[in-house]
Amino acid sequence: MDTDYKYEPKNGLTRWLDSRLPLMRFTSEHVLQFPTPKNLNYFWTFGFILTMCLVTQIITGIILAMHYAPSTLLAFDSVEHIMRNVNYGWLIRYIHSNGASMFFLAVFIHMFRGLYYGSYKEPREVIWILGCIIYLLMIVTAFMGYVLPWGQMSFWGATVIINLVGTLPLIGESLTQMLLGGFAVDNPTLNRFFSLHYLLPFIIFGVVLLHIWALHVPGNNNPVGLSVQGKQDTVAFHPYYTVKDFFAYTVFLLLFCYFIFYNPNALGHADNYIEADAMVTPAHIVPEWYLLPFYAILRAVPDKLAGVLLMFGAIAVLFFLPWLDTAKVRSGRYRPVFRYFYVLFVIDCLILGYLGAQVPEGIYLFLSRVTTIYYFAFFLLVLPILGRIEKMKPMPIGISNSELSRDMVAAE
Amino acid sequence: MSDTLDNDKPTRRDFLYITTGAFGVVGAASVAWPLIDQLNPDASVKAVSTIEVDISSIEPGSFLKVAWRGKPIYIRRRTNEEIADAEKDDNLNLPDPQKDIDRVQKKEWLVVVGVCTHLGCIPIANQGEYEGWFCPCHGSHYDISGRIRKGPAPTNLEVPPYEFVSDSLIKIG
Ligand code: HEM
Ligand code: FES
Repeated sequence: MDTDYKYEPKNGLTRWLDSRLPLMRFTSEHVLQFPTPKNLNYFWTFGFILTMCLVTQIITGIILAMHYAPSTLLAFDSVEHIMRNVNYGWLIRYIHSNGASMFFLAVFIHMFRGLYYGSYKEPREVIWILGCIIYLLMIVTAFMGYVLPWGQMSFWGATVIINLVGTLPLIGESLTQMLLGGFAVDNPTLNRFFSLHYLLPFIIFGVVLLHIWALHVPGNNNPVGLSVQGKQDTVAFHPYYTVKDFFAYTVFLLLFCYFIFYNPNALGHADNYIEADAMVTPAHIVPEWYLLPFYAILRAVPDKLAGVLLMFGAIAVLFFLPWLDTAKVRSGRYRPVFRYFYVLFVIDCLILGYLGAQVPEGIYLFLSRVTTIYYFAFFLLVLPILGRIEKMKPMPIGISNSELSRDMVAAE
Repeated sequence: MSDTLDNDKPTRRDFLYITTGAFGVVGAASVAWPLIDQLNPDASVKAVSTIEVDISSIEPGSFLKVAWRGKPIYIRRRTNEEIADAEKDDNLNLPDPQKDIDRVQKKEWLVVVGVCTHLGCIPIANQGEYEGWFCPCHGSHYDISGRIRKGPAPTNLEVPPYEFVSDSLIKIG
């Protein structure tokens, strides 16, 4: 960027260090003084919130692993042991379990933000794709984590999801056995899931670094979607956005604490406090809330393979978003028709989430078909076509004049 | 060294590159295989256990659920009406066509793996529109022969390998 700030070491020690390990230069240029568009709103604080979520999960997870026993004979009891005997074990476990939900809440807002403001468009395609990889890894990590307490939902959720893989033609069956390490979910499955659940957050951490690296090449997008044209458009990251980020994180923590301290099991399922039983399926298997929209898509079609392909397709389509949306204008602010489709899409995802928790019969089945169709139509029809025919609203000339010209548009 | 610049002619060095590369790939693959294969079911899991089940206590119209290889097996003693029901539907347009007689050794006894062929839940006996099994997970209905009739499951409930040791004893596996 042309607003690049250059770090100058001030004394002998920092000059010495700078020519050996330019750590201070890096921190200064890429964190403290990083030129950031001055018009970012609170939706831009979720990247920081997500980073804090990841750190929280890693710290609490490592502690839980000190007391947890990955064996079908011990797992369920060791979790109860954490809850009852380990000092503050209940707190650490509730932070970790509710933390996963908060992580997904934040990532959904983060992604819907990107979708609205066109943050996936040229030159930020790679940032978006890395984000999709992070999201996919988060789903896998959360799924494996949910198996560890070895309750009924753990067991049957795992059974259903691993069997999804079995629907793939040819390789399906051997792949399933490879995941399970047997013919049904059992001790080998639990052990490998524990190992991978420990590993994946660190992989996520690595991809997040790439994600931020890629972000620091073009710099942030912003609510008007125009590129930064010069110094007048940016402020230093510190203190302007450090303060804003921390404030937003504090508010986020209030909600987090509400769940931890007042309603720690609201987002979980009571059946997971019953130890896993391979001979009895619970009456109603539901995944965690953040997977419900995909679960609804899975069950919307009566055909097994088609259901599975659609469900994976719902995530795969995100990877192609930068090329599906043909509009050159980034921000939804200047796309009057897109806005309606966008709002409808958000509502559609919420309804899908609701339907994922219902029995797929009658009106629920019908609704999940309609919402599934719109989910895909939004990406595959609306975005490619709308970008070509939509008449955009007048755009400001630059970030610094955006407020001014918005008033002008309003006055017209 | 001017002859090495002539790209058209393979040189001794090209040969060395290719053979070294090929050996490297084979070497890497042979190290990778144990790392992958350890994921597969191990010897203790594969040592297929057979179980023997005493079926003398099962009344007509009722069933017994036993565990085999970590999965439930339904052993169902069918009444004459149930057998008639199952055979009556033999020639309907079934999703996974199979005659009842091909699914049993003795008409009275139906032995099936109690794992839904959709995504692996355990179907509940005596429920659903066909009064065979109903899978609560995504709504698959099976008939009294364990055949899929309605819902997302693609195939009939699997029949495990079994034999009658005597009139009152079944060996599964
Ligand atoms: C562990 C999860 C994630 C972390 C820690 C993370 C972190 C961040 C951070 C720190 C930023 C810069 C500040 C901001 O824009 O808020 C950012 C930007 C961005 N993220 Fe993520 N992210 C995560 C997941 C995702 C996912 C799943 C997506 C979408 C598929 C995504 C898409 C983006 C995009 C497009 C940007 C550039 C935004 C802009 O500047 O307008 N991120 N991310
Ligand atoms: S697992 Fe039985 S219907 Fe899906």
